[in-house]
Amino acid sequence: MSLKRTDILLCCGSGCVSAGALKVKQALIDELKKQGISEEINIIETGCMGPCDYGPVMMVYPEGVFYRKVSVDDVPEMVEEHFVKGRPLKRLMMQDANEKIFDQIKDIPFYKKQVKVALENCGFINPELIEEYIAVGGYEAIGKALTEYTPEETIEIVKKSGLRGRGGGGFPTGLKWQFGRASQDPVKYIICNGDEGDPGAFMDRSLLEGDPHRVLEGMMLAAYAIGAQKGFFYIRAEYPLAIRRIKNAIQQAHEFGLLGDNIFGTNFSFDAEVRTGAGAFVCGEETALIASIQGKRGEPTSKPPYPSTSGLWEKPTVVNNVETLANLSTIFNKGPEWFAGMGSETSKGTKVFALTGDLNNTGLVEVPMGVTLRELIFEVGGGIPNGRKFKAVQLGGPSGGCLTSEHLDTAIDYESLKAAGAMVGSGGIIVMDDSKCMVNIAKFFLEFSLDESCGKCTPCRVGLKQMHEILERITSGKGKEGDIEELERLGHTIKDTALCGLGQTAPNPVLSTIRYFRNEYESHIKYKSCEATICLPLMHFLIDQDTCIGCGLCSRKCPVSCITGSQKEKYKIDQTACVKCGNCAEVCPVHAVKRIPGTGYTKSDAKNGLYE
Amino acid sequence: MYQKIFEKYSPKKENLIYILHDIQDANPQNYVSEEAVQAVSEFLNISLSHIYGVLTFYTMYSTKPRGKNVVRLCESPPCFLKGSEKMLKKLREILGVRIGETSEDGLFTLELCACLGVCGNAPVMMINEDVYGDLTEEKLETIIAEIKGRS
Repeated sequence: MSLKRTDILLCCGSGCVSAGALKVKQALIDELKKQGISEEINIIETGCMGPCDYGPVMMVYPEGVFYRKVSVDDVPEMVEEHFVKGRPLKRLMMQDANEKIFDQIKDIPFYKKQVKVALENCGFINPELIEEYIAVGGYEAIGKALTEYTPEETIEIVKKSGLRGRGGGGFPTGLKWQFGRASQDPVKYIICNGDEGDPGAFMDRSLLEGDPHRVLEGMMLAAYAIGAQKGFFYIRAEYPLAIRRIKNAIQQAHEFGLLGDNIFGTNFSFDAEVRTGAGAFVCGEETALIASIQGKRGEPTSKPPYPSTSGLWEKPTVVNNVETLANLSTIFNKGPEWFAGMGSETSKGTKVFALTGDLNNTGLVEVPMGVTLRELIFEVGGGIPNGRKFKAVQLGGPSGGCLTSEHLDTAIDYESLKAAGAMVGSGGIIVMDDSKCMVNIAKFFLEFSLDESCGKCTPCRVGLKQMHEILERITSGKGKEGDIEELERLGHTIKDTALCGLGQTAPNPVLSTIRYFRNEYESHIKYKSCEATICLPLMHFLIDQDTCIGCGLCSRKCPVSCITGSQKEKYKIDQTACVKCGNCAEVCPVHAVKRIPGTGYTKSDAKNGLYE
Repeated sequence: MYQKIFEKYSPKKENLIYILHDIQDANPQNYVSEEAVQAVSEFLNISLSHIYGVLTFYTMYSTKPRGKNVVRLCESPPCFLKGSEKMLKKLREILGVRIGETSEDGLFTLELCACLGVCGNAPVMMINEDVYGDLTEEKLETIIAEIKGRS
């Protein structure tokens, strides 16, 4: 290997790839060649660096310069200026709202509050080379555990660290292992749950793609602790790159003797395999996942028996989430006390969150448990764009709940969020600005769960459908008195009676929006008005007579000819005939067409049954 | 004709999902035919109803012929917040199809799918195994034109 003077770490996580990172890579290769400096400069494809919104991103060492939104067209200038002349390109660096330029990654506000444990190597090493993982301390933890600790001591260490399941449940990992260990069967399995499906969560994908060996090492530690000889990575088929990377990692670990018989010269023998799904959200539920691995429909079964006593092929099985496993090697390397030193009373360590929605900095972040929502949304996430205001945040995807500005100072940990009516869940954080209608959002989340319901149990299959019909009615203006109470009744019944986690949590978005935005539901039902002007039957377009210049463009573009007027008299919309297509607003050259809450006509004018 | 695929696997029921994936990928029309189901049933010695149960449970399988390229637009909440509805309208317009239909030239089938896990770059879609993020109406035109040009 020849010595290189510069390393370009190019983020090739799925976000950056979708934004064109691979094209940038090819352009860099070509341009460096053209300048005759290919030999001096190393281009390394890494996993996710975090700020997906700014992709493609890259980091240049030894300087530590961070570039964002690099396009193919920027490459010649970057190579010429930075790599030939040694003058980093200021215009591609991160800037804040005051146009302050950050030329070092460590100063960027997005990274300042972050503490990376699970994501430690993500974006820093080449995930396809086991050598790079070993160079940063990889496989030391499993080596130490195998040669210095008994399985019981290994479980004790994890218990002491306070690590809880990062997939959503928050069950103490050490305790889960203890149950697995206690089962007497000579054949046991460990499964890594990589069926991440919560909309707005993508930490598992990033970990599998960006640091697969770390997840594999975590699985080996778990296997040693519970006494499993075989492990399965269950990864959803929508993540082809993650599947390739884990398969590659397993193969390399084999070549290095880290998988197979008598690992590190001990009695511990272990092997791992990858299994994939075929598109079913419910397979993230552990019993459904186990059914899917066995080649069946991914339908959950009732618990007990828990997988730790009877799981895969009726053998004791421990299912751990990707992020849970990714924390383990660091817990062993730095000690459980170090890990437990971070976080809150009941929730230790750090958690990876995926920031999405109406935020300046979307992407993947890792912060100590216990930070407040305000810190996460406004400091790390950079606040709300387009001059809008924060309205609500949905935590835990379609299983979680939404919180309001009142809760911004809530600490993010398992118990505090649960008390407020939301959940940590898998760590998806969807931020919504004040242009969003909460009834519509709740309907949308419910639609997701309804679509993904496997149909096995009645509360979920029929109950969610009933709730959805009521919401459909409310958003189309036909809500009735008593609908809110009926939604609450149904929601609580489904929560209490559904078979698995999907159904038990599916009503949460509706129940939490009713709890915190009841007035919006009431205004939809009683006043036939959607204040956010999202639900079309409950809003109207109005031509501002002072702004209208009488050009008539709106009238010509109206598909139902409900706009009349003249240059002199200006134009008006017949609200009872309008189909709310929005063409008029789109074509108006002076933006005179406004969106106004309410139907725009009175009960006596209504022709569409809205007021019946 | 499925022998090559069957040779890769032992005839165990647990391999059903992978065999179906392989059969679908090998079919130029991107689906699992009745004849294929029959062959799998004989190979694994399981009932047709079990195989159809699995085929129709998972969203990535199709029992009807599809286009050469399957366009899967994410319809999950983060993409919805960032305007996936507009993208759907545009895709329907460019491809001249409704959801679940195949374009006349047989090149594209339009489908909706659950979260693709690239929410930081919403709205996103996946065409075959490639993910396209930060979609705009203009970008959709370019991407579709590029794929058309290649085939």
